Amino acid sequence: MNDEGLSLIVQNIVSLLFPLTLIFAFYIIIFGHVTPGGGFQGGAVGASAVVMLIVAFGAKKIHGKMSHDNMSIFESTGALIFILTGLIGLIVASTFLSNFLVGEPLFGEIPPWGSNPGILNSGGILPILNIAVGMKVIAGLSAIVLLMALTMEGKKK
Amino acid sequence: MRKILAFLFFIIFCGFLFFSVYELHTFGNPPSDMDDYIISNAQNQTGANNAVTSVVFDYRGYDTLGEATVLFTAIAGVMILFRKRRET
Repeated sequence: MNDEGLSLIVQNIVSLLFPLTLIFAFYIIIFGHVTPGGGFQGGAVGASAVVMLIVAFGAKKIHGKMSHDNMSIFESTGALIFILTGLIGLIVASTFLSNFLVGEPLFGEIPPWGSNPGILNSGGILPILNIAVGMKVIAGLSAIVLLMALTMEGKKK
Repeated sequence: MRKILAFLFFIIFCGFLFFSVYELHTFGNPPSDMDDYIISNAQNQTGANNAVTSVVFDYRGYDTLGEATVLFTAIAGVMILFRKRRET
């Protein structure tokens, strides 16, 4: 038994719940243009899954698996995808972040007017932007909590 | 003296609040027809069923880029504050 983190029961339950929470976060991000939710909300759910791991196992062990340098690379990749999508809109269509994918085969279907269940393969550039913002929020919030927890654990000794 | 001043400013602040509530538009009658435009056109123009997402990421996409930049700046600040100090 390690001295950091919570008891064995909590660790087992958390390692059971962690993949389910991540799947729920990805569902909220990917279905952001059909159902309520989106990049920010799903990213907050995914970051809370990582925070659950940090609370249960201690920050040092989690930092060995995923360091905050990798997280900041992941977050910057999300920002780059966002800006590149906007620039492609500037080149292909007329304006920055214009929705150039409506009517194309990828994400291009247009749902009928009114309330309907919705099509996943629709929305133009909205799913791409949702995924980019989700990457940013997951990595960013987890990196913030991980850094703070590392500093607090270092101070306790 | 300080308490009297605080009470005076509290009264003035409450006056502004009640005035703004009095000046509100009646419920269900927004002053512009922007919401009608978005409800009737969002599905055709952006192809997304969720009109809120289509406003956040399409009609106001530049604003969302700014929000993401705010998040980026916050993370940069936290990383600078909690960096490892080199022992000298």
